[in-house]
Amino acid sequence: MQYAAPTTTEEAARLLASNPKAARVLAGGTDLLVQIRAGMIAPDLLVDIKKINGIRDITAEGGGYRIGAAVSGAELGEHAGVVAMWPGVVEAVELIGSTQVQGRCTMAGNLCNASPAADSVPALVAADAVARIVGPRGERNVAVLDIPRGVGKTSLEAGEFITSIYLPKRPDRASDAYLRFIPRTEMDIAVCSAGVSLTLDSKGIITEARVALGAVAPTVLLVSEAAKALIGHKPDDATLAALGKACSDACKPIDDKRGTIEFRRDVVAVLAGRAARIACQRAGGSL
Amino acid sequence: MALDEYQKRDFKIIGTRQPRPDGIDKVTGRALYGADITAPGMLYAAMLRAPHAHANIKSIDTSRAEAMSEVKAVVTAADFVQGLGDDTQDVIDACIARDKVLYDGHGVVAIAATSRAAARRALKLIQVEYEVLPHAVEIDDALAAGAPVIQAGRRGNKVPKGYNDNCTNWCEFGHGDLDAGFAKADKIISRSFRTAATHQGYIEPHACLASMGPDGQGDLWCCTQGQYFVRTLCAEIIGMEESRLRVTSSEIGGGFGGKTTVFIEPIALMLSKKAGRPVKMTMSRDEVFKATGPTVSSVTDVRIGMTRDGRITAGEAFLRYQGGAFPCLTIFPGAQSAFAVYDLSAVRTRAVNVMTNRPRQAAYRAPGAPMAIYAVESVVDELCQEFGLDPLEVRLLNAASKGTKSSYGPTFDDIGLLATLKAAKAHPHYTAPLGPNQGRGLSCGFWFNFGGNTSVSLNVNFDGTIGVTEGNPDIGGSRVSISMMAAEELGVPYDKVRTIVADTNSLGHNDVTDGSRVTFAVGLATIKAARAAIGEMCRRAARVWDIDEDAVIWEDGHAKPAGPNAGSHQPMSLAEIARQSPNTGGPISGHHEVNAEGAGVSFGVHLCDLEVDPETGFTTILRYTVFQDAGRAIHPDFVEGQMQGGAAQGIGWALNEEYIYGKDGRLQNAGFLDYRIPVASDLPKIDTVILEIPNPGHPYGVRGVGETSIVPPLAAISNAVSRTIGVRMQELPMSPPKILAAIKSAGN
Ligand SMILES: Cc1cc2nc3c(=O)[nH]c(=O)nc-3n(C[C@H](O)[C@H](O)[C@H](O)COP(=O)(O)OP(=O)(O)OC[C@H]3O[C@@H](n4cnc5c(N)ncnc54)[C@H](O)[C@@H]3O)c2cc1C
Repeated sequence: MQYAAPTTTEEAARLLASNPKAARVLAGGTDLLVQIRAGMIAPDLLVDIKKINGIRDITAEGGGYRIGAAVSGAELGEHAGVVAMWPGVVEAVELIGSTQVQGRCTMAGNLCNASPAADSVPALVAADAVARIVGPRGERNVAVLDIPRGVGKTSLEAGEFITSIYLPKRPDRASDAYLRFIPRTEMDIAVCSAGVSLTLDSKGIITEARVALGAVAPTVLLVSEAAKALIGHKPDDATLAALGKACSDACKPIDDKRGTIEFRRDVVAVLAGRAARIACQRAGGSL
Repeated sequence: MALDEYQKRDFKIIGTRQPRPDGIDKVTGRALYGADITAPGMLYAAMLRAPHAHANIKSIDTSRAEAMSEVKAVVTAADFVQGLGDDTQDVIDACIARDKVLYDGHGVVAIAATSRAAARRALKLIQVEYEVLPHAVEIDDALAAGAPVIQAGRRGNKVPKGYNDNCTNWCEFGHGDLDAGFAKADKIISRSFRTAATHQGYIEPHACLASMGPDGQGDLWCCTQGQYFVRTLCAEIIGMEESRLRVTSSEIGGGFGGKTTVFIEPIALMLSKKAGRPVKMTMSRDEVFKATGPTVSSVTDVRIGMTRDGRITAGEAFLRYQGGAFPCLTIFPGAQSAFAVYDLSAVRTRAVNVMTNRPRQAAYRAPGAPMAIYAVESVVDELCQEFGLDPLEVRLLNAASKGTKSSYGPTFDDIGLLATLKAAKAHPHYTAPLGPNQGRGLSCGFWFNFGGNTSVSLNVNFDGTIGVTEGNPDIGGSRVSISMMAAEELGVPYDKVRTIVADTNSLGHNDVTDGSRVTFAVGLATIKAARAAIGEMCRRAARVWDIDEDAVIWEDGHAKPAGPNAGSHQPMSLAEIARQSPNTGGPISGHHEVNAEGAGVSFGVHLCDLEVDPETGFTTILRYTVFQDAGRAIHPDFVEGQMQGGAAQGIGWALNEEYIYGKDGRLQNAGFLDYRIPVASDLPKIDTVILEIPNPGHPYGVRGVGETSIVPPLAAISNAVSRTIGVRMQELPMSPPKILAAIKSAGN
């Protein structure tokens, strides 16, 4: 196995393209190294992106923030600007693993590992985040929603990798929240999860919303019916019941060792409702 | 037999909290665990494991692996002699499949190679042809008519008619007239309960280094709860005399009973024998889950009758346990302990063990008792609810006490159950207010405890310090407790004593570290070894003073003249006697060998407050208090640690831990991600109240404390959940999907 730590995106892209089948991007390694050790994968080449210039930076851009692909969870959580603007995204990232894992894990790695249960992904989709991708044919910007393509599959092409994720500007009286269900209190994998991002008017009525669900389908779900249930309302019981129903109806969960179909359908509705309430509160609304 | 070892006295060191001798080594990494031992020329072992629950092995072709230059030995079941005693044969058959794979992960071929990577590569070159057979992993499936027979010819001769060939063991206990007892009841409740198989979850995977010499002498270093039984088993399996094999135990990163048998050691020895080089064998976490012993899973029917004022009139239980693909005796302690906390005039338990396509179970802390007592304590709780009675009062009314004929036969001596219940009743926890969606549960627990074969040697060094040599791996702080007992008895400061755990050649036999026996039995032997050394020191002083040895007594670490003919001499300190010993007869030591009896049964009561999220079924443990009789707490930190640790493991068992099998009979959660032991943030601080009702069978009154604490949590938590959601839970673990389903079923 070869290991390379290029300092430019061009060099990284060249290395990845040189051996598209057997090369893997190494960010924090908290998925990749575990998979190698377990014998699930045996890549010939690891391209460590952490040394690429600027890839660990968080920069203000267009009223939002551009998060470098190698920014760790711990670094993100200490950035006051991002924490203030996208608390739901930050709380989702901070749920990943433990203190040790936080020192290494990245959002881009979480996204590209393409687990249906990845914690940051529903929050990023609710936030309408956009990934910047570099590859043999140059650069392109793709909505985070369009990256996962199935369990362990992404829409990235051979030789491509993510260099940053952009969290857009958001208006006043807007916020987000993310909740997951696990049978323990930490160090676990989401049985189901919900990210909600919304904007309120001066009266506390929801004017815009995005609701994304995790671990209830092969990929993250953006549920427009759920957003519709919120828009034009305050987060009262009836609204949240409608939101919950839209979520339960939209999800396509499976029975497995982590939970039943029925459980996931029920609990994802509860989580979406609770996340919506928290997001409203953060946006300055009253309950 | 009356036990009169205990003598009341004032202690100087017993009951204090001394620093543990292994603490710094463990936090700095200096301590040597099983995988830390290496030897020159060492090879690395790897095991090919079967991917089927049940299959005939049609053929094994290892030729391509053997052709690799890095491969130095290949071992299959064919390398081992057959026809050992049943128990030993089962041990080796569980390690490596003979002609039939009995569970997912069963070893088939072992390889020793010059590197780990080469060993792994070699495994990929081995071809095994299987004929997959129908399997049964659940108790009901294995008991069903027409179930696949897991191992032919193992049906137990005590098993009644009507049970199939998977039923290997049967037992019955009890006394009194059940029909008459039930006739007196105002209410009888019958229920059936299920518990999942749980793993001990020790953090250190099994690891060993085996080195067999060409002269037939062998050495084995391993992580175990008992080097002596490892020697006995391995010597028999390899076909050597015990004196040819020396076994040294490493530091141990947890065992909880799971390291009271062998899973890799005979394989490593055989590889070493064939290769003529030392072989290191370590298990991955995945292998630990698949191919070591979890505890049994169970189905238990319980029927209990009670009068409206809370007197239990009769109790009956039928236990079905599975402990994997082999006969298993865990039903015995299960059936014996089910009703042990109660004073009953009519009680009966029956139990059957059934083979399944699962790994061979190993002991897990109070083996067999938690699941049986869970079932009984659940029904008692429901009867209390039925009559509107206080569950603690009902326990007080029915509790076993001195003179009670126990449900399993013997009559109890001094026991601490009533005192423990009264302490729980008086504790502020019992009357603390509860909020919405919160509930409180309680349960009693019981364990037999054990004494057993024990050898201890105690050396008085020339500089006046003390070396204690014992033969039981320290899994719960026993070295510190043993040093404290030696220091107390000798009258020297704690830090003058160092206790080490010796290899099998350095001491007489010691039974395995189990049955909560070590602080009791090794402590007893240490105290007696100290007394032997004291006797010798008194003789030496008598010699120096030229007086009769009967005229010397031992007090506060000094020999003193006493009695009318002693004359007046300055007391001689232990250090002084030690310094002079080369001139008074040579080195001084004491030793003691015993098959210790009088371990003294132990009781506990647990109180648990919890909250259930009615929308998700998530349970939060809010408050937890353990009340337990320790006889005498030598080192309270370690007693509390045992009480807290048992509670923590029981909480995991009650809420989330389980072996999950797919339809294909393969284990789906062989790792700590999906085998959910509690993490630190899942638990509140677990409060402890130590009761000290001295055990008459120990000089200081010690009772074992290591196991009782895992018994009550199952029912305490189940009772609390059931009271909170208004539905009687009958299955463990009570994972959120099950609790939510129960809440919904009650709502409809
Ligand atoms: C103990 C533990 C606990 C965990 N807990 C959680 C949890 O609670 N929630 C959760 O969601 N996950 C959890 N994880 C999984 C993991 O930590 C996360 O998915 C993490 O975000 C992965 O980031 P990473 O930088 O370590 O990715 P890596 O392991 O470096 O990479 C993951 C995958 O993405 C690819 N990749 C990485 N970066 C890029 C890029 N920039 N462009 C293209 N491809 C890329 C890699 O090639 C690899 O296939 C846990 C893992 C461990 C070990």
